[in-house]
Amino acid sequence: MPGMIRRIVAASAVVCVFAGVVADVFAQSTADEIAKYRDALQDGNPAELWEARGEEMWKTPRGPKHVAFASCDLGQGAGVVKGAYAQLPRYFADAGRVMDLETRLVWCMVNQQGYTHADATKTVFGNGSAKRSDLEALAAYVTSRSQGVKMNVPLDEPHVHDMYALGEKMFYYRGGTHDFACATCHGDDGKRIRLQDLPNLTKVEGAQKAYTTWPAYRVSQGELRTFQWRLNDCFRQQRFPELVFGSDASIALTAYLAGRANGAEYRGPAIKR
Amino acid sequence: MQRRNIVRTASGALLIAATAGGVLYGCASAPADRADGQRAEAMLKSSFKAHGQATLDRLDQDETQRLCSEYAGRALPQPVAERIEKANLATIRFPADGKLVGDWKSGEKIAQSGRGFQYSDDPTKPAGANCYACHQLSPQELSYGTIGPSLYQFGKRRGFTDETRRYAWQKIYNAQAFNACSNMPRFGHRHILTDAQIRDVVALLVDPASPVNR
Repeated sequence: MPGMIRRIVAASAVVCVFAGVVADVFAQSTADEIAKYRDALQDGNPAELWEARGEEMWKTPRGPKHVAFASCDLGQGAGVVKGAYAQLPRYFADAGRVMDLETRLVWCMVNQQGYTHADATKTVFGNGSAKRSDLEALAAYVTSRSQGVKMNVPLDEPHVHDMYALGEKMFYYRGGTHDFACATCHGDDGKRIRLQDLPNLTKVEGAQKAYTTWPAYRVSQGELRTFQWRLNDCFRQQRFPELVFGSDASIALTAYLAGRANGAEYRGPAIKR
Repeated sequence: MQRRNIVRTASGALLIAATAGGVLYGCASAPADRADGQRAEAMLKSSFKAHGQATLDRLDQDETQRLCSEYAGRALPQPVAERIEKANLATIRFPADGKLVGDWKSGEKIAQSGRGFQYSDDPTKPAGANCYACHQLSPQELSYGTIGPSLYQFGKRRGFTDETRRYAWQKIYNAQAFNACSNMPRFGHRHILTDAQIRDVVALLVDPASPVNR
């Protein structure tokens, strides 16, 4: 634990130093410097705090039925966490649905631990220390146990294949006041918004690089963010209505992007600006 | 509230204007592809909830959005592109007093602001155009995006003429009149910016005193 704290303090110091050298950064190649900054942050990732909390929750009996996640099947058998995230989303016959990790966690909380759906999804996205989300911690723990595992979403399975195809359609769906689709920002190589580089998610390499680094600890938000959050916040910026947590659209898009990341090593939870 | 109604009316008008194009060219793709598109649309509608100003009707596509979604990721056939551009050109309105150029300093502020129309934004405050998210403009601003081309020296390069001023107005009002399925929002047609705001952004682009042209 002291080691972890020390690394987090070191990461904070890096942030302060970064702020101090902003002028120099602009004088040099901005993208290179931002890449160095990201590398420096990898040394101490506060996501470890979420992972530790999630691991404890995973192993402790919870909810009205006082049941631990040992009975929760993420696709690799009851209670198996290792490598599970690299093969999600997948079809779960007991639920009759393709599910991503977060949706599956909620399913286990409702169907095994006895929570109401409302209680299980009360705080899907946290707000730093002000409002903590159990789902974010659980997601951090489960995903961390797929580090180094190659993405292998079962695209041959017909339900998953179907969701992948729908996710692709949705990726290109333009709407809202500003005519934005996912592809508006993520459909071309080497583009950026302001100084933020944008992955080209229509290319395999772009999808691999992006998908395998979520969840991520967001330095600017002091919060660990999951892939459901990433999609939700993209749609907010697209000027769409609010994406419903665990909705079919969220799972279809996740299946599309995770499926395109197949073959790449999973590297999360990462740390981002 | 009133602004949203205007948007809907304006979209409806475009829908009528572009229907012929949809009937003619909407069938160009394979039927299975079309069916997937319709299922994706149904899925979208059950997957979002209204939040503040971002109501569910924002998921409804006008003909331009529908065609641009359908052909995304592949080459847009020339006749479809021409239909889209014609329909969008027909939406462009010039201000009643004919004045196209406002205050570039105010235009710079509008270009910097990314506020507006997100459910997290205050709908009573004026929206920005967020030009810098995608374009280089004033050289003093180093934090600019690259989704669109650099607009540095826009007026200087094109000449400080009536033609340049009219083009700038129209491009901001509805970029798809010139470039079907452009990534750029249709700021006038969709009532994202007011006429007064468009005037100020035009000034940022075409005023010889604007930092964009110095």
